[in-house]
Amino acid sequence: MLELAISALIIVGAAFTFIGSLGLARLGDFYTRLHGPTKATTLGVGALLIASVTFFSTRGEGISLHEVLVTVFLFITAPVSAHLLAKTALHLRVHSIAPTPAQVEVADGAQAGETSR
Amino acid sequence: MLSRLLPHPLLTVTLTLTWMLLVNSFTAGQALLGVLLGWAIPVFTRRFWPDRVRIARPWWLVFFLVKVLWDILIANVTVAALILGGQRFARPAFVAVPLELRTELAISILANTVSLTPGTVSAWLSPDRRTLIVHGLRVTDPDALAHEIKTRYERPLRDIFEPPC
Repeated sequence: MLELAISALIIVGAAFTFIGSLGLARLGDFYTRLHGPTKATTLGVGALLIASVTFFSTRGEGISLHEVLVTVFLFITAPVSAHLLAKTALHLRVHSIAPTPAQVEVADGAQAGETSR
Repeated sequence: MLSRLLPHPLLTVTLTLTWMLLVNSFTAGQALLGVLLGWAIPVFTRRFWPDRVRIARPWWLVFFLVKVLWDILIANVTVAALILGGQRFARPAFVAVPLELRTELAISILANTVSLTPGTVSAWLSPDRRTLIVHGLRVTDPDALAHEIKTRYERPLRDIFEPPC
């Protein structure tokens, strides 16, 4: 019974991770592609880690909780890297389906003016 | 005197817990080592942490985390459906969210939360930290999206980190 639950979790996790990667290939432009890896994968990895906690905690060698750390680090690093990638893309004016916000151009222009002076 | 010996109590607690989870064993010896590290690291890196983190209402933070976790679950399903359903439904847009938060930590948490929840990624923060540009995957009403982020995530964060005095 427990093994069934663990297998189900692993399959769900793998499916979501796969969908997240698929998003990278299927979505339209750079910015929409960022959505796949930041979200679909968090649940994917989450499910895999819950499976890992359950498996190692029920083997009679005491509970195993260091997977919690993996989750915490992932939830901190995934959005930060996505933010930096998006910010850089905006700065380099990477092609976007959606119109890019005017505030960025204004701020970039001001920065460029400062450095060229 | 106390603030010299224990400059960041929250950091100490976090580091100790991180150590316990890293070694994955909950014995007295490891707890002692964890407390030692949790005490020593903040003391020796004091210069890197000029401001003490202040959480005015810790219990509200717990509720906030539970709510965010639930939203992440929903976000995953909706984004997965959007990816599988094809781009017909995608309507990407950039939305500017005016910020009322002032604390750096609170703004970071807000930006992270936005990236982890339904169809939005925080893309850019204005140099004066008053506007957060959010990229939405499926935006039908930009004002409604900005309003939702403000009421659902920014207001609780304000209550937690910057309560009206």
